[in-house]
Amino acid sequence: MSQHQEKARIIRFEQLSGLNVRITLEAPLIAGSAEAGQFVMIRTGSGQDPLLRRPFSLHQTSSGGQIQIYFKNVGRGTDIMAHAKVGEMLDVFGPLGRGFSIADDKPACLVGGGLGIAPMLFLAKIISSLGRDHSQDLIILGGRTREDVEPLVDDFKQFGLALHCATDDGTYGIKGYVTDILRSEQLAENTQIYGCGPDNMLEVLHQFSSSRHLSCQVSVESVMACGMGACLGCNVDSSDGDYLHVCIDGPVFDTGDLAWNS
Amino acid sequence: MEFVKDHDPYPDLSVNIGSLELQNPVMTASGTFGYAREFEDLVNLHRLGGIIVKGISLEPRAGNPPQRIVETPCGMLNAIGLQNVGVDRFIAEKMVYLKGIGVPVLVNILGDSVEEYRQLTERLRGVEGIAALEVNISCPNVKKGGVAFGTVPSTAAAVTEAVKKAADVPVMVKLSPNVSDIVEMAKAVEGGGADSISLVNTLIGMAIDLKRRRPVLANVIGGLSGPAIKPVALRMVYQAAAAVDIPVVGIGGIESAEDALEFILAGATAVQIGTANFINPRVSEEVVDGIGDYVKANKLASIRELIGALEV
Repeated sequence: MSQHQEKARIIRFEQLSGLNVRITLEAPLIAGSAEAGQFVMIRTGSGQDPLLRRPFSLHQTSSGGQIQIYFKNVGRGTDIMAHAKVGEMLDVFGPLGRGFSIADDKPACLVGGGLGIAPMLFLAKIISSLGRDHSQDLIILGGRTREDVEPLVDDFKQFGLALHCATDDGTYGIKGYVTDILRSEQLAENTQIYGCGPDNMLEVLHQFSSSRHLSCQVSVESVMACGMGACLGCNVDSSDGDYLHVCIDGPVFDTGDLAWNS
Repeated sequence: MEFVKDHDPYPDLSVNIGSLELQNPVMTASGTFGYAREFEDLVNLHRLGGIIVKGISLEPRAGNPPQRIVETPCGMLNAIGLQNVGVDRFIAEKMVYLKGIGVPVLVNILGDSVEEYRQLTERLRGVEGIAALEVNISCPNVKKGGVAFGTVPSTAAAVTEAVKKAADVPVMVKLSPNVSDIVEMAKAVEGGGADSISLVNTLIGMAIDLKRRRPVLANVIGGLSGPAIKPVALRMVYQAAAAVDIPVVGIGGIESAEDALEFILAGATAVQIGTANFINPRVSEEVVDGIGDYVKANKLASIRELIGALEV
């Protein structure tokens, strides 16, 4: 596992919707070694406030040494990032954590909700490049409203995998949740589910997959300071009553390894 | 072509904390550098003055439930709760790597009673690769013991005495800033036989989530660290260094060579870098370089000339 601290130039800035931003950075060392589901820690500025780096899952990487992140402007750190300009440099540290463990031979069902769509693009790229039949693979994207989903759809379409969308308000795709689509699909019995999204969505994915005896991996979020196992600040409850740390044990976990609220 | 005339010797950065010799005054603070291996890809570990590993207790500890950390203005609060693998696994799994790094490794120890500190010290006796012990009497994040040891001079002295009696390496005692008189605490542990003191641990603080009307941290309170506490730490190091005859190690919000040099001027023989490791994993080595540059630029014979050299 090699980690790199790179000064990365912003080469593209996309305002995908009101608050959602996508930034492309030149970070060849990170791009060259990253796996789908891994994340980077980015310093939003050079000062002492905000002090800590912010974690971002890798949206995708390119063989040309670029990485992309996709995020929502929700606080002080992301607000600074949302006002970054092309040409500016960001201090990026990564790739970090354990990404998705790709089951080569199993049909894949990718479920991304809201900002949880971010790591799914990277994963879809990997899955679609596997030299096997893709007729049973499936991507499900969801969000609160049209602008959470639509701007990303073309990027997913290029892989040629089946794609379904849902929005809470019905302004794009079906009206409802990603899990409604999941329940309505005829999944092969050895389907591997991969998910990222809000906690309640992940919990439904866990319940759905365990009731059908399907394997399910999810990427979870946590507050963290270091991203590399030093601060131990990002613990989550595990199914065996212990703690796991999102930064080194995850961010991707088998849902069976985590404790769920209900 | 001529030789370069002014051959620029590598600056003398070595310092002695009692009998503990460091090649430079820059150490990494307990709980911010894991067991060092986490940083091996990022830092040339052999260039550091010393490494202080995550606090160890007799038995493994799971630590506090989430949420454990929260960012605050120019700082962060943590309530990790002393999560650690316990002394047996530490010796079996972590020391193998640590003893090969080539710089002094200081083991931070913590307990809930004087007897626990004594047993822990006994257990670490004779373990190859331990250069010194740092006694944590000041963690704010455990329900029993921690704070009391760090805030009552007589108990602080008793813990120091028990550890000192059982230890076969120098003993550094880490002080809490959450006291009304830091000088009294420094003198108490000096009286208990400490070979050196390090300060400060985190300042107790709190953050509230107004939306949920709940504390942000599951532990309700946590320890404040980062640049926000530097002025407080600097003041306490200055006062403690003036009051005791044993070496003082400065800790609190250090993230640059300039910060470290300020602590040295205030009377610290060495410094520890904590929270900054989270933000810039390479910071410890950069501070070593920066102190070297300062010594060269100011034509000092040694960094030791600067210790306590503050003119008031």
